[in-house]
Amino acid sequence: MSLRRPAKDQPESFEFNASSLEAANVIVAKYPEGKQQSAVMALLYIAQKQNNNWIPLAAMKYIAKFLDMPYIKVYEVATFYTMYNLAPVGKYFIQVCTTTPCMIRGANQLVEACKEKISENECELSNDKSCSWMEVECLGACVNAPMMQINDDYYEDLDKQKTLDILDKILNGETPKPGSYRGRVNNEPENNRKTLMDLKNA
Amino acid sequence: MLKDQDRIFQNLYNDKGSDVSSSQERGDWVNTKEITDKGRDWIINEIKESQLRGRGGAGFPTGLKWSFAPKEVGSRPHYLVINGDESEPGTCKDRDILRFEPHKLIEGCLIASYAVQAHVCYIYIRGEYFVDGQKLQAAIDEAYEKKLLGKNAAGTGWDLDIYIHYGAGAYICGEETALLESLEGKKGQPRLKPPFPALIGLYGCPTIINNVETIAVVPTILRRGGKWFASLGREKNTGTKIFCISGNVNNPCNVEEEMSIPLKELIEVHAGGVIGGWDNLQAVIPGGSSMPLIPKEKCETLTMDFDSLMAEKSGLGTAGIVVINKDHDIIKCMARIARFYKHESCGQCTPCREGSGWMWRMLERMAKGDATKDEVDMLGDVTNQIAGHTICAFGEGSSWPVQGLLRHFKKEIEKRNNLDPIVQKKNNIPYLVDQHLLDKKNA
Repeated sequence: MSLRRPAKDQPESFEFNASSLEAANVIVAKYPEGKQQSAVMALLYIAQKQNNNWIPLAAMKYIAKFLDMPYIKVYEVATFYTMYNLAPVGKYFIQVCTTTPCMIRGANQLVEACKEKISENECELSNDKSCSWMEVECLGACVNAPMMQINDDYYEDLDKQKTLDILDKILNGETPKPGSYRGRVNNEPENNRKTLMDLKNA
Repeated sequence: MLKDQDRIFQNLYNDKGSDVSSSQERGDWVNTKEITDKGRDWIINEIKESQLRGRGGAGFPTGLKWSFAPKEVGSRPHYLVINGDESEPGTCKDRDILRFEPHKLIEGCLIASYAVQAHVCYIYIRGEYFVDGQKLQAAIDEAYEKKLLGKNAAGTGWDLDIYIHYGAGAYICGEETALLESLEGKKGQPRLKPPFPALIGLYGCPTIINNVETIAVVPTILRRGGKWFASLGREKNTGTKIFCISGNVNNPCNVEEEMSIPLKELIEVHAGGVIGGWDNLQAVIPGGSSMPLIPKEKCETLTMDFDSLMAEKSGLGTAGIVVINKDHDIIKCMARIARFYKHESCGQCTPCREGSGWMWRMLERMAKGDATKDEVDMLGDVTNQIAGHTICAFGEGSSWPVQGLLRHFKKEIEKRNNLDPIVQKKNNIPYLVDQHLLDKKNA
């Protein structure tokens, strides 16, 4: 299990803004009547998006009321799943996969790059407070290893220099292009494709 | 090599686009009504005849699973749930189906929902695949627009709604009952079975849960016939499969191939060979991180299917092949996998919650050479205390890779770790809390 603790400094209150409220109502409608508790994961995610990428305790209380469920149940969910940030992270939140398939293709170089550019330790804000990084478990892009995720986007087929370049762009406030950084298309074998050739470039 | 016309996922590399019209050119949605008109029993029989086995890891026969759904809908509605919580290290096949072949999945959902009499289908996608999930959502929206979903979906007379539910970074939610808990808005901790989800599943209603790839191949099987699918591969291991080849190969890739293809062919032909040549190969994890590794000697002749890998005391799992060459320390690689399982244990059962951490810490020390002689056997003992003693298969999944390492690389570990035991007395096992139970004098 992973150890997860809520932040010490918590805002007093939290409320969905108009667009979050609209999105939340759409989500609740997906589930049968009386089963609105199913929406809790999506609502926590909406709260996280609205609140600079992290979930304060006030948001959990608000969602508990919104879905008519006990606060502790929301707290349980928020602390169980690792994608909910319980403490402030950077506006750009960088997750480097270091599980074995990425590890044997040099994920440690990506970690080094993050240490050089962002902060010495995981989950620490960079000097300009815009970024933070952490090591995560398998992100499910193993044939494009090593890779990292920045907010919602995947950056694949990296090495140290490419990671440094991406981080430079982010620190300058730009959004680099997601996808493979070795110029290959999706998951096809680079320069070695043997299947579905008549469809290629058709 | 499999002929191109026998490949089900023609758009695996996104050569053609994933919208409805280009999917129709590939044969999706063409005669969905004709298929459903043949009736539930025909569909289930055809799937049984194709000998399709679940692609999510366990390899359970899909037709059989569908036949477990109650024949008549009682007071409780039926549900179809699609498992897209792909988190097994080494596996990234479902992601390509979600983003490039969404209509194969959606049409499969319609046919499967009809077969098991479900009007609502939830697709559970891991939270990290948010962008790919959005692409699937766009495809679902387009399907609603073209009346392929909703009331009288695709003219079949069957009503179906499909909703996406995102996970939030928990590997355990790939276990079907944990997935249901998560879908109900709870912590993803597996349920005891029985009751099986086919009778008591989501919200206590009959629920059929299938992997993304399993459902996505269904329409093609029904169009081309169960016999065609069964003619590929070998008995009980039929059809095609998407293999993900990652790790130390020259061209890591996803490729759809025939079941029972030799492992060497996959690595040499499709993935461009092992980095440093075949002789530089050390070991292969054949089916995602939870399957025991296979040493090089056996890789020469190994064929990739459920039963032949079972005979090697490993498994096909999700067919995520991780190739490890001799430039890497195999103990370190396995220690990293143990760390993954320590991180992802849901914490419900004590043997797994505590044991996964023990295995990780012991392996880390063994990689450094800081362990004592007796700890090698002790590690094997710990794995046996976990496997088979937990509610779900995570216990096996976390201890099998360690057992595989001990089976094939024990000499390597022993060579590196030859410190004398800290506790000399033989009958006193320091890590057992209930030592007094073993000590006959006190018993």
